[in-house]
Amino acid sequence: MYTPEMKELIKKVEETRPQRVGVDFPRMTPEERTEVLKNYHPDFIEEGFRPLKIGVNKGENAPQELADLLEARSRLEGVELNLEEVAYDVDVLVIGGGGAGAAAALMAKEQGAEVLLVTKLRFGDANTMMAQGGIQAADKPHDSPPIHYVDVMGGGHFTNIPELVRALVNDAPMVIKWLEEMGTMFDKEGNGTMVTAHGGGTSRKRMHAARDYTGAEIMRTLRDEAINRGVDVIEFCSAVELILDEEGKAGGAVLYNLETEEYLVARAKTVILAMGGAGRLHYQNFPTTNHYGATADGLVMGYRAGAKLAFMDTIQYHPTGAAYPPQILGLLVTEAVRGRGATFLNIDGEQFTYHLETRDVASAAIIRECVGRKKGITTPTGMVGVWLDSPLIELIHGEGAIERMLPAMLRQFSRFGVDIRKEPMLIYPTLHYQNGGLLIDEHGQSNIENLYVAGENAGGIHGRNRLMGNSLLDILVFGRRAGLHAAEKSKGVEVKKLTLDHIDAHHRELEENGVDTAGRVSPMLLPRYTHREVLETAVE
Amino acid sequence: MAQVEMVDIYLMGKKYSVPESLTIMDAMEFAGYQLKRGCGCRAGFCGACGTVYRIAGDYELYVGLACQTKVEHNMYLAQIPFFPAVKAEYDVDELTPSASSLATYYPEIYRCIGCNSCTNVCPQDLNVMQYVAYAQRGDLERCASESFDCIMCGLCASRCPAHIVQYHVGILARRLYGKHVLPPAPHLQERVEEIKAKKYDADLDELMKKATDELKELYNSREIEK
Repeated sequence: MYTPEMKELIKKVEETRPQRVGVDFPRMTPEERTEVLKNYHPDFIEEGFRPLKIGVNKGENAPQELADLLEARSRLEGVELNLEEVAYDVDVLVIGGGGAGAAAALMAKEQGAEVLLVTKLRFGDANTMMAQGGIQAADKPHDSPPIHYVDVMGGGHFTNIPELVRALVNDAPMVIKWLEEMGTMFDKEGNGTMVTAHGGGTSRKRMHAARDYTGAEIMRTLRDEAINRGVDVIEFCSAVELILDEEGKAGGAVLYNLETEEYLVARAKTVILAMGGAGRLHYQNFPTTNHYGATADGLVMGYRAGAKLAFMDTIQYHPTGAAYPPQILGLLVTEAVRGRGATFLNIDGEQFTYHLETRDVASAAIIRECVGRKKGITTPTGMVGVWLDSPLIELIHGEGAIERMLPAMLRQFSRFGVDIRKEPMLIYPTLHYQNGGLLIDEHGQSNIENLYVAGENAGGIHGRNRLMGNSLLDILVFGRRAGLHAAEKSKGVEVKKLTLDHIDAHHRELEENGVDTAGRVSPMLLPRYTHREVLETAVE
Repeated sequence: MAQVEMVDIYLMGKKYSVPESLTIMDAMEFAGYQLKRGCGCRAGFCGACGTVYRIAGDYELYVGLACQTKVEHNMYLAQIPFFPAVKAEYDVDELTPSASSLATYYPEIYRCIGCNSCTNVCPQDLNVMQYVAYAQRGDLERCASESFDCIMCGLCASRCPAHIVQYHVGILARRLYGKHVLPPAPHLQERVEEIKAKKYDADLDELMKKATDELKELYNSREIEK
């Protein structure tokens, strides 16, 4: 429910509303776009990044919060650990229980490999579960993998790695078929034809969906199948460091039982990192759409073992994250809201940008209004945001339009006392996706032998910008490829003596480069929210 | 700035004063907890944070998702982030889409006494008892549809006097329906065969070799499907 103070401000929105119906705010010129991006898009905020002082990507920019974790000391420092005491000895170790990890485990198991999947939280606790929109695949007659290829490259500003894009688009129909055969309930017409739609940047309608629970439907099906197929799963058990063998190849990981707080050695012939993204690092203090477990653990572990990062300086912010009510802070407000005509307004009820600018430009314009021009609306918890005038949709499309077109949004806000048919939504850009990650080849291999990476943990597929619907696709394409290749590869692997020398080397490198770690230890594993800061801001 | 209203809540019996605007999950963190269990997507999709609570002076036992429920004054709460339930292991390929498949793995569905506790506690407002009734009858289509928005939080199973694990029944019904009843997409099958026959390999190889300018031109002159 809005506070009396906010309700007072909403009156200004109501005052200007009649004048705004049917009147489009002018679009920005290319120069204006460049300028607002350069000055306000978080990717262009220099203080948001710093060059790494250590490791394979030394000298390259990474977000400050990520650099803090990459340049931190190991959790294993001072821990007595005997690497000869092996608790788990398997062919393929999959770390991470989201869509990529589940797909990898299933494929490896199918090859006859002995597979262990460990995951920090519950099996299925991942961004996969929260993906609503859909999954791309060129499986309609007037579409094709080459057409999909061009869309992906253009979306990524032609920076994507061609081999990875080729794998992505050519495997896509196979992935959908695989899911269909497992009984995933895609939206279909009576004869089985897939119901498909456009996404931003697609030239064909190739977005497949399962209501607006697409990711959840895929994740729960994969999880169900993995258990049926006898994949061994350990929940609430994270990996904290990779173990290499004396030849420098991946040979397992040190696991950490979150409940007993014990460290355990898992030896494996091949290791697959599928540990997701980094939204919970809250780059530049942004709220996030991401899962609680998205803390960049896989990036930290891989980098420390010598795996190369790619595209770490490019992050996707979604312009319309909820800024109020506080209970849904940072959660996604679907792009369809502005697609249907809702416009952005400042504290005076004035429009300040065209409502259908691209995601990056819209985000930058909102930030400029709040931070640069100080014309945002401050909430009782100290957040700032701008109005997204949803009632305008009812004026444009007629009464009842919101209930018909945006039922999920209506429900989400009404749970906390805001009726978006009558009151505007308060929004602010939210941290959504890491475009980069650990660099892989088309089999999901990193530059460390026997180390594979899949899902948001991996980088290179999307270049500097990912299209909607290509993330659910990529986790499955490269999860499957990594699982398959890692299982095959494991047949010829003999793991040599295990070592953690790379951790000592990492500590030495920190010291030699004069990095002040200020007591930082990583991977983070769990974010910590005490909300004291929120309270302090609010009572100022 | 407005004064923050505080309320008293009791976490596992201990009293904490927290801002009244917080969700149960935020309130626990505010109180100093770092959550391991009982916290997942924080957006109402994953079912990790089932919580039971009482309000002082009210005999009723309430439930909700910690990330989607606001705290109230004098709320006594505990999380049930893990409610034990055994998932049957089966091969969906081998099963028929019928009541007997469901009955084989989850025979307790016939012990339902119609108390409606499952429906009453569902945070997604699903008609849980109804989809169990569809399962009993082997009406997979309705069972799948009615249970589709289930987030598998387990609150239904926690309250069931007949020991039914409703959410496991739901997913088995949906997989049987998706696999054996929904017709496979004909265009998908065709495309998969084409790809296996390497129909697009040459074109893709060609595209991979193209210089950025050539690709840009292709991209900018794309025909967009209406």
